[in-house]
Amino acid sequence: MPKQIILAAHFPGVNNTTVWSDPRAGSQIDFDSFEYLAKTAERGLFDFFFLAEGLRLREQRGLIHDLDVVGRPDTLTVLTALAAVTTHLGLAGTLNATWHEPYELARQLATLDHLSNGRAAWNVVTSPGAFFGENFRRGGFLDHADRYVRAAEFIRTARALWDTDGGDFAIRNSQFDIKGRFGVPRSPQGHPVILQAGDSDAGRELAAQHSDAIFSRHHQIDDARIFYRDVKDRLAKYSRAENDLKIIPGVSYVLGDSDADAQEKAHHIRRQQVSPQTAILLLEQLWNTDLSGYDAEGPLPAIDPVLDEDDTIIKGRAGMYPDRIKTANEWRARAEAKNLSIRDLIIEVTGRQNFIGTADRVAEQLNEYVQTDACDGFILVSHLTPAGLDDFVDQVVPLLQERGVFRTEYSGATLRQNLGLS
Amino acid sequence: MTLRLAVALTGGSFDSRHWIDQVRQADDLGLDLATFDDAFGRHGPDAVQVAALVAPVTRHVGLVPVATTTHTEPFHLSTALATLDHISKGRAGWQVRVSTDPAEADLLGRRGVVKPAELIAEANDAVEVVRRLWDSWEDDAIIKDVATGRFIDRSKLHYIDFVGEHFAVKGPSIVPRSPQGQPVVAALAADEVDADLLFVEPDPDAVRRIEPGRKVFVDLPGASADQIQTWSEISGVDGVRVSEVPDISDLVVELQRRGLFQPSAQKTLRARLGLPVAVNRYAREASVA
Ligand SMILES: Cc1cc2nc3c(=O)[nH]c(=O)nc-3n(C[C@H](O)[C@H](O)[C@H](O)COP(=O)(O)O)c2cc1C
Repeated sequence: MPKQIILAAHFPGVNNTTVWSDPRAGSQIDFDSFEYLAKTAERGLFDFFFLAEGLRLREQRGLIHDLDVVGRPDTLTVLTALAAVTTHLGLAGTLNATWHEPYELARQLATLDHLSNGRAAWNVVTSPGAFFGENFRRGGFLDHADRYVRAAEFIRTARALWDTDGGDFAIRNSQFDIKGRFGVPRSPQGHPVILQAGDSDAGRELAAQHSDAIFSRHHQIDDARIFYRDVKDRLAKYSRAENDLKIIPGVSYVLGDSDADAQEKAHHIRRQQVSPQTAILLLEQLWNTDLSGYDAEGPLPAIDPVLDEDDTIIKGRAGMYPDRIKTANEWRARAEAKNLSIRDLIIEVTGRQNFIGTADRVAEQLNEYVQTDACDGFILVSHLTPAGLDDFVDQVVPLLQERGVFRTEYSGATLRQNLGLS
Repeated sequence: MTLRLAVALTGGSFDSRHWIDQVRQADDLGLDLATFDDAFGRHGPDAVQVAALVAPVTRHVGLVPVATTTHTEPFHLSTALATLDHISKGRAGWQVRVSTDPAEADLLGRRGVVKPAELIAEANDAVEVVRRLWDSWEDDAIIKDVATGRFIDRSKLHYIDFVGEHFAVKGPSIVPRSPQGQPVVAALAADEVDADLLFVEPDPDAVRRIEPGRKVFVDLPGASADQIQTWSEISGVDGVRVSEVPDISDLVVELQRRGLFQPSAQKTLRARLGLPVAVNRYAREASVA
């Protein structure tokens, strides 16, 4: 039997992927939008619904970023409400290991798992300290290495609490010293599903040792295959099998009546996603300095990026450029070779959708990724709230089912079972 | 005089059906609000989540979960409750709970025993932070102005810059202002927390001691229609909170027959309780300046 594809629906996020200027774009905060997308995903027999998280509004040049969608709900509260209006769909929330405490969060995730009858998942992130920290009692304090030490101990501790079956515990490790009665009996999944989204070596190691799935950002097929091998090869030393860790990149897509039609639509969406103002702001995120004096329709800056990772121009967004100078040189070379303006270049390097074509072509390509071990499935990120997945569910899902690589009904009783995890 | 009517749901069930059935019954009977009990270490689900679960499948009833301020992050409390207000379209409240039990401190692993007076002060700071965060977006902050490419008018978002003895919180919230602006803050009168709605034990002196401007509900577990009638005649009582009533629908029918209770047609919990529309402190400052 061919590999079965995992599909998840990402609620459109607070970055320029989400197009709010389109007349069809709905509210990013009304519960109706969440319910609509979740029900669409469930109609398409998706494995899970996915929410990202950011614990402080993004800032650039010291001001709250105002060009993208801003504002979203509390993750656990929305997911629990969705449990009442869906029946099979997994409910995955991103929650930061630094700004929560194990007893409280383990209790909340177990509550979600009970109230949803076994559909809870936690995407563990460890993002930046001091900036988020200003919103919290504990303040900013963890450097990169310590964040992962805390995250690993957090996951171990949460699992130990879930294993108490509601009974007494006493846990002491390098991060936590807690005891008492957990109070939540074993939930339907026993352990809610754990995803991980860090990309550094420490992040990959954490995933290999502790997580059930990785939300990855590797979506070019060659790069994705290298990433896939890299993390799957780390499993053996933890006595885990290849199937115990699913690799699920976040991807975007555009469907059209013909491939040319899809390309044209894709280009139109990219221009919506990258306004002249947004082009300059995205350029600043690599250059790490104020470029407001530059013209988006003109050439790239001749100056080099500023290498200060402790004081980045954008705050509240995960670092995306491990080698700023190298990437800047690549961008300049590309812009010169093709005579691209700043905006054209940004459209090419940041905005491009991953799968563009007829439903048939997109189904074929998605399947090729999975069957050739570039990934195990996809978290689909659409550009329109909340109806952006309608065409995928109506057109692509049936084609995947015809190919025998996607379910025709929910077979598992829990998310864990639907994902093929033990 | 007619009373407003609340029911306290105190069970520890983990069955979603159980909660949905209970709260739907309260909703159908026209009760004004349901409170959801909670405490760290108890056998039972997280109360804010239970309230969230029932929100999309009920229409009228106010949803007031207990949430503890003592070991928790005010920022998370604020965003969770604002989200509950969005999901329920303006029916959210919060019963503030102060934890004095050292066993709860051990669960969170945070610190040893603190003096009760200090815990109350800390709870009041937490309420202040939560309230400021609820106001940190003005109602019309989202502008979607295609001409300038701006989704929000950032001059309508506000840092709250709270600095207290126990924590400092910068803001603004990550959640846009919710339908009520300020969900209803409730507390046990004995806890001395500054709240809109106080639950008080059935003692006329305790009712009299409450400062004016607060809504007062008398806690009457297992009350009969006769007992409720007696309380309806005492000045300063706005409502009663019942629990563990053998058949709540019989009780409600009887109270209606006696003219003691009438379901409200108001849409938000604030309006049901007769609380004024919440004025945004930052919008007010901006218009004065
Ligand atoms: C695809 C992807 C999605 C992410 N989503 C979030 C998110 O929603 N919220 C967040 O705080 N961090 C998010 N992160 C950040 C990471 O989880 C992680 O904390 C960060 O990348 C730093 O860790 P690293 O150095 O191991 O990559 C995301 C990362 C990736 C790769």
